[in-house]
Amino acid sequence: MNKNHRVPSSRSLNAVEVKSKFGAEFRRFSLDRSKPGRFDEFYGLLQHVHRIPNVELLVGYADVHGDLLPINNDDNYHKAISTANPLLRLFLQRKEEADHGTFGTDSLTRKKNTVLSAVLLRPDHNKKKPPVIISLPKDFRPVSSIIDVDILPETHRRVRLYKHGQEKPLGFYIRDGSSVRVTPQGLEKVPGIFISRLVPGGLAESTGLLAVNDEVLEVNGIEVGGKSLDQVTDMMIANSHNLIITVKPANQRNNIVRSGVGGGGGAASGSSGRSSDSSASYYGYSSHSAAASIPPHIIQNFPVGELESDEDEEDLVIEAGGEAEPIRHMASNHSMSSLPRYEPHLNLRTATTSTFSINTNGTLPTSGSSSSLSNIKATTPSPDRAMERGSLEEDGPGRR
Amino acid sequence: MRAFLEVGIVLYTLVSVLGSFVKTVEHGFPHQPSALGYSPSLKLLAIGTRSGAIKLYGSPGVEFMGLHDENAAVTQVHFMPHQVELVTLLDDNSLHMWTLRGHNGLSELLEIGRFTLTGPPGVTAVLAHSSGELLLLGTEGGHVFVVEVPGFRELEERNISLDQVSSRNLEHVEALQENPVDPDQVIIGYGRGLMVIWDLEKKLAIQHIPATQQLESVCWTEDGKYILSSHSDGSYCRWMVGGQDMNEEEKSDIPYGHFPCKAISKIVQLPTEEGPPFLLFSGGMPRASYGDRHCITVIHGKTHVALDFTSRIIDFFVIRDGPQRTDPSALVVLVEEELVVIDLQTEGWPIIQTPYLVPLHSSAITCSHHVSTIPLKLWERILAAGKHQNAHYSKKPWPITGGQNLAPDPPQRDLLLTGHEDGTVRFWDASGVCLYPMYKLSTAGVFHTDADPNDNMNQGTEGEWPPFRKVGCFDPYSDDPRLGIQKIHLCKYSGYLTVAGTAGQILMLELNDEAAEQTVEAKVVDLLQGQEGFRWKGHTQLDIQEDPVMFPAGFQPFAVVQCQPPAVVTALTLHSEWKLIAFGTSHGFGLYDYQQKNSVLIKCTLNPSDQLAMEGPLSRVKSIKKSLRQSFRRIRRSRVSLRKQHLQEANARLEAELAEMELAPVQRKIEARSSDDSFTGLVRTLYFADTFLSDSSHNTPSLWAGTNGGCVFAYMLRLPSVEHRADEPVTAQLSKEIQLMHRAPVVGIVVLDGHGAPLPEPLEVAHDLARAPDMQGSHHLLVVSEEQFKVFTLPKVSAKMKLKLTAVDGSRVRRVGMAWFGSSRTEDYGESGLLVLTNQGDVHVVSLPHVKMQVQYPCIRREDVSGIASCVFTKHGQGFYLISPSEFERFSLSTRCVVEPRCLVEAPLHSGCSNQHQSQPDGASSTHRYINLEVSLFSSLNMKSANCIYKKRVKRQRSGLVDLSVNMAV
Repeated sequence: MNKNHRVPSSRSLNAVEVKSKFGAEFRRFSLDRSKPGRFDEFYGLLQHVHRIPNVELLVGYADVHGDLLPINNDDNYHKAISTANPLLRLFLQRKEEADHGTFGTDSLTRKKNTVLSAVLLRPDHNKKKPPVIISLPKDFRPVSSIIDVDILPETHRRVRLYKHGQEKPLGFYIRDGSSVRVTPQGLEKVPGIFISRLVPGGLAESTGLLAVNDEVLEVNGIEVGGKSLDQVTDMMIANSHNLIITVKPANQRNNIVRSGVGGGGGAASGSSGRSSDSSASYYGYSSHSAAASIPPHIIQNFPVGELESDEDEEDLVIEAGGEAEPIRHMASNHSMSSLPRYEPHLNLRTATTSTFSINTNGTLPTSGSSSSLSNIKATTPSPDRAMERGSLEEDGPGRR
Repeated sequence: MRAFLEVGIVLYTLVSVLGSFVKTVEHGFPHQPSALGYSPSLKLLAIGTRSGAIKLYGSPGVEFMGLHDENAAVTQVHFMPHQVELVTLLDDNSLHMWTLRGHNGLSELLEIGRFTLTGPPGVTAVLAHSSGELLLLGTEGGHVFVVEVPGFRELEERNISLDQVSSRNLEHVEALQENPVDPDQVIIGYGRGLMVIWDLEKKLAIQHIPATQQLESVCWTEDGKYILSSHSDGSYCRWMVGGQDMNEEEKSDIPYGHFPCKAISKIVQLPTEEGPPFLLFSGGMPRASYGDRHCITVIHGKTHVALDFTSRIIDFFVIRDGPQRTDPSALVVLVEEELVVIDLQTEGWPIIQTPYLVPLHSSAITCSHHVSTIPLKLWERILAAGKHQNAHYSKKPWPITGGQNLAPDPPQRDLLLTGHEDGTVRFWDASGVCLYPMYKLSTAGVFHTDADPNDNMNQGTEGEWPPFRKVGCFDPYSDDPRLGIQKIHLCKYSGYLTVAGTAGQILMLELNDEAAEQTVEAKVVDLLQGQEGFRWKGHTQLDIQEDPVMFPAGFQPFAVVQCQPPAVVTALTLHSEWKLIAFGTSHGFGLYDYQQKNSVLIKCTLNPSDQLAMEGPLSRVKSIKKSLRQSFRRIRRSRVSLRKQHLQEANARLEAELAEMELAPVQRKIEARSSDDSFTGLVRTLYFADTFLSDSSHNTPSLWAGTNGGCVFAYMLRLPSVEHRADEPVTAQLSKEIQLMHRAPVVGIVVLDGHGAPLPEPLEVAHDLARAPDMQGSHHLLVVSEEQFKVFTLPKVSAKMKLKLTAVDGSRVRRVGMAWFGSSRTEDYGESGLLVLTNQGDVHVVSLPHVKMQVQYPCIRREDVSGIASCVFTKHGQGFYLISPSEFERFSLSTRCVVEPRCLVEAPLHSGCSNQHQSQPDGASSTHRYINLEVSLFSSLNMKSANCIYKKRVKRQRSGLVDLSVNMAV
């Protein structure tokens, strides 16, 4: 994606012509193509030339294909500069008025080819086909991940499905079946549990990581061998808020090809702390706030604390103080002064708001991300993690 | 670290000192009995079942149980005369020899040999010869084989082949009887009707008796002079023995004659010291008009009664008493659903109440409730109330008196209450091995019901022929299913009882030693609380009798609450100290003050999107059922056993087909529970506690309710002081609402005191029977959902500890109970634990307050859904569950409280007969031999295989439980 920096073109033109539009006003200036500087400097410059020093801006530009793309970090800023040909057209919006939907791909330009019309056209005018929405990176959150690639045999896949209390169904069915195992006595047919159906539009289908006839080997680290279909169903439902299933895919062609030492034996034993990292690398996006400890191309974009909160969903307690009628009251409840209070809050299920709002909630241990991350690392691959979990929870952060 | 250490100690004590798992005894009536046997010398009764079990009963408390390895029905049971051995014939044509072997001063039932006749002809008749050495086996082909026992050696030279008797095809051997005065003579009855008296010594036929009708049974009279034969056309004949060429019957009769009659399947004639003999026979009813009745006719002099049973007759025998042991004293009849014993010496032939083998299912069991350690006073009052009800029973003692009950007296008085579909609650003495009926409460009298008053069981009119008399209590047809009892709660200290039923009715009853006439006040409680868009499509509520009703001594209702809509009551609890009851349905819950007789609180828990709960489930099905019920009632009653048989055969066939067929696999959807699921508002559990609900310094009475949707409501109760209790109102105020995030149904709520022990029952402390709870330390709330055990702090509810059962092993909590595990080593040490039964049929013990899993035992097959649903735990680590509609299995997890049969049966002394095969108590090797003709080559291994069989039997009895001690001993 955007980490693929291209060497600035060898064009002789050293200056980039910038045409910036904010509301009805245009400003023109130029930048040195070889020294574009940092994004925040550029951002300050824009506020300066438009004389809107305190206005939060959303910066977009038209790329070579005529798509309106955002500029909000160094990477995409550099990309914009380097691909300007030679004119760089910028479109500024107030953040509070920002219409994220306008960042679109081809649908806009295929129609009219003029970037200007793409900006002026509101989505509701565009009746034929709603544009594909690309939300801001911080709105991204993982819906699934492949984890523990380094400790599992290549033929197995451990998939984590994040329910996040959203309404989208997990959307799959399981059935009984039999699989063939290699034993010292030769081939042997043993009973197994298989995925029998994926619901169209469901979480399982949308990940592309699970398929019909995949054999289910483990649920949240516990082997399903010897368990009945009903037991496995109940285990999955009990873990549905954070379901980790290890499957043996029916189609073995799409397996991850590993290079170097890790790929060899595929030893399923041993614990590794890298599980969360690997998951992040698959679904990472650039972020200006990436911590220094994390390689710049890997983005911890989703709130890490959320992973942990999934581990321990908190129950909702409503204290009915006398005549007080309980009201749902989600945002900014650091100060628990008013009645009614939510004690260990975080009603994941009813939170139809995006994770963005949960983030700003402040009650989640986002700041302690690295420590809580290590908790996950310790617990995830351990076979008897269920036992450990109980004790971990009691001293885990963010709990009372 | 400290917590860990504590857990370690708990684990150690629980397993080694406090608990172990055993299934101890089966209470009730064996499911599908198929054979009956009786030993007059041992005074023991034996019942074989279709599932291959053999059960022996003697005097109350004396019982033995064995299970054949083959899963085949027992078709015949014969005690070896004057011995402790018995022979069973299974429908796979195998014969089995069992003995009662002495071991450590106790007897145990043991299989010691088996025998299968080579060749295809099946065994149709068995005669255990009075010498105790011979077994005569009549076969389908008409041959009679003579086999020496206990070795099962075939005496080929003594066999009676068909051509020695007659050249005609005589069909199978229907009956074999020994001459009571000459053991060398036996009569062989063939299917076609011919009977032959055969001399075993001389090996020749003495007399041919040429009956012409298909033979059903043969009986030799006591003096050996006559033979009675019964036939398939409903006739019986009497033949003189020893006369020359007596080809004419002396007497022939079709008792219910003129029109065609059904077969007389068994006939017995018994003399009396003085006076006319007794003639008893089963069947023989006129085919067209009464062909569907199950009757035994008893004729004695001028008295002629046709005992009319409610289910199919399996077999019967007569117990004889008197100085010469000749007078018939009691008739014992095994019918498909019960054992009936009739006193033949008392005028009117009343029924003798059975101390065991009581049909628990005389009306289907709908719920059960166990109360431990009943105070003596209440116990006696209930017994007294029960005595009034048993006035019609015979005063004669129980006639089957074999064996000695060596079990120690039960340490406490325990009561098991069962609720039934017909609105009755039965009280059983569950202290010992015999589940003895104490008292029966009927709630139907409070209501007007659909029951047709003319359609009762006693329709005996004067001069009716045949002279029917209804006997037996098995009546599975409820007149009105709304009367069904769903929840029971008894306070053993105050004697208050509350029962709740299918149509949302809740009755408050108190024990009254006198009969009393009273009007019952009803209070209708609207649980919907203005919830819109609701239309109840289920049954209507029951109508209360407005007129005063006469209630017999015992529990008498004094208040009735009726929920509106009249949905089945799903949770019920009683606090006798506060005089409050709480009840819940699928719509909400309510709190009722039974002193002031008014409603304190009503809470609707209905989710507006829950259509299923809104409309009432299965409503249409029910209404059809109801309309058809009355018109078909009589027909159904008559055909019940017939149809049952057909059904079973059809089911067996279907099962076999299914097993062969490759079915499309079953799929299960994986979806998180959502708030829109059905019946989230259904109230699953209610609990009263005096605890710290609002602040940590003042404890207050509180009511807790848990729903199917994982929601817990806590109400703070304000009770007026004792002197104002009657006039000031009780108030309830919502204090807390907890929504469990995993949304699994809440099945149990318990408050633990500062020591981590559950709060005592109401009035327990007041009666000095429990330690006062620790009110100094902080209390904890334990919420048990189907998936998790969670401990919260109080008064501020925050999660402290939890155990995620379902996430770990995929099982779900079905039943939960608190139990006190007393140590078997020291009197005063014990611990509280949580007993949990899962949907996998496993019993777990979970320690408190740490909620750690301690031990796990497989208990019930996971497919046995009704068994799992019927399980109740006692407060002392025992439990009961239904293994069939009519039988409770009792199990024990405690080492201190084990109720199991311990009994001794001594071999009878030489009672007139030459008998060398006395079985010495304490297992002489002769009784311990294991003989199997098919494996006789391996005779040196006999001892070993006997042990193997024994081990297998033990294992099967305990349904897969590997008993370590047995395994190691072998």
